[in-house]
Amino acid sequence: MLTIQQISQLLPGQDNILSWILQIVFLGIFIAFMFYGQRFQMLIWMRDIENSLFKLKIMRDEGRKVAITAINEIGKPQVDPTAQVDRFLEYFALPPVDLDPAGIIWRLEHLLDVADARFKADVRLMAPQADETQINNLENTLEVASILNIIYKIIRHLYLLGKKTQSLYILMQVQMILPLFMKEAEAHSSGLKAFQLGQPIGDGAGALVAAKLMRDYEKTKVEKDIVVAKVPIEGRTAYVLKAEGPGANVGKPGEAIKQIIEQNEGKISLAIVIDAAGKYEGEKTGEVAEGLGVAIGGTEVDKYKVEETALKYKVPVNAIAIKEDIGDAISPMRKEIFDAVDSVIERIKRLIRERTKEGDFVIIAGVGNSIGIGQ
Amino acid sequence: MKMEANVPVTRRISPFLLAVIMISLVLSLAIIYEGINVYTSGNDGSLYLLMGATILAISTYLLFQTRRQMLRLNIGIQPINTTVECQKCGFKNVREFQRGDYVFKQTEDQCPKCNEKTMAIGSIFREVKEKEKAREAGYS
Repeated sequence: MLTIQQISQLLPGQDNILSWILQIVFLGIFIAFMFYGQRFQMLIWMRDIENSLFKLKIMRDEGRKVAITAINEIGKPQVDPTAQVDRFLEYFALPPVDLDPAGIIWRLEHLLDVADARFKADVRLMAPQADETQINNLENTLEVASILNIIYKIIRHLYLLGKKTQSLYILMQVQMILPLFMKEAEAHSSGLKAFQLGQPIGDGAGALVAAKLMRDYEKTKVEKDIVVAKVPIEGRTAYVLKAEGPGANVGKPGEAIKQIIEQNEGKISLAIVIDAAGKYEGEKTGEVAEGLGVAIGGTEVDKYKVEETALKYKVPVNAIAIKEDIGDAISPMRKEIFDAVDSVIERIKRLIRERTKEGDFVIIAGVGNSIGIGQ
Repeated sequence: MKMEANVPVTRRISPFLLAVIMISLVLSLAIIYEGINVYTSGNDGSLYLLMGATILAISTYLLFQTRRQMLRLNIGIQPINTTVECQKCGFKNVREFQRGDYVFKQTEDQCPKCNEKTMAIGSIFREVKEKEKAREAGYS
């Protein structure tokens, strides 16, 4: 049998008791890391997720509080709207069946129309004293609060699932995707006040361009919350359109473009769609880029309609993008984005001069949320 | 002006973790003591001192981490400016955003230059500090 003296001789270092205690401890740590290294890593990840989850909870609660305060301030309801707000935050809309994708766009459009009508009706009930502009702003405030609620719930679900199943891979994926979720949540959080107060947001860059072009001309309201003005530009006639402001509104620009093309029997020489677009890291906010195609984001219903009509009548569609971050798109409009508007107008004029003849008809669609932007 | 929310977080600390940290602390001090002893006896104790310092640093960090923390959230309300312009003479006035302002709104204000009620909101924007812009730009 080995004596303590013999064991100590196996270990390098000084020949005293403290020295070999240290060696054994280090050996113990080495072995512990060999078997439980992943567990330690998991604990670190779980701690990271917990911290982020706590921040998400604060943002979620803040969103709910802002929504309730705004409804009380603007809508002056007779009863406490808290229960209705909580119900709104839990609303969901099931996407249409995509197993048979034929006609999915129309089914999706119907679903979105129903959801929009339902949200507006609910907000009217919550805030009976609010006018149409305020209803739109409150609806958007509630939607942002709802998004914050959903983000919090998704991360909490994945965290608890990973913790329950002790799955390294679930926790690893959550921890890796977390910065993107946090960025999205922080962007929505900073946008809450903008929606509550009716300030223009970065997403409204396209709408602002259209508003500047149609400012001194007569406007008519067309398909769902879209205003159109006939504007003479460079000897051509431009149908300039945007969502009706200054309430939070995106309208249905796709349907409006389709109607204008059909009313003109396809005699449209050029359609230009202007929208805010996500920038790559390293690009400057407010940078302007030109391209081809329909620059309409969101559910793609509008994009589909424009593509179909443009194909039918062979109308070339050009796009102008104003680059911005997701955070800038939902928060109050930055000066750089505002300043980019004049450069976009110059590009529109150049495109019209280069691609069309005098006397032609063109469409200029400013896509985006018209909150805080009149016309 | 950026509003920050400081939120106290109460955490339940595992007694096992606390025990491990305490043992590590004592151990690190013992290693440093041993290193000094080795040095004074004329041998090279730098390895002991390095190990001791490393364990001391890690366990102190962990000890601070387990303390009640203040989470700082940067959910900011940034100042928003409204530019009011005279449609006639082009006079510009920049003020803080007020509820009800929107771009191209005709205001009731009188132009201080031409004394006419032709003022309208020309722009509403927020300005980002140069420091933040530089951080965004990254390496470029």
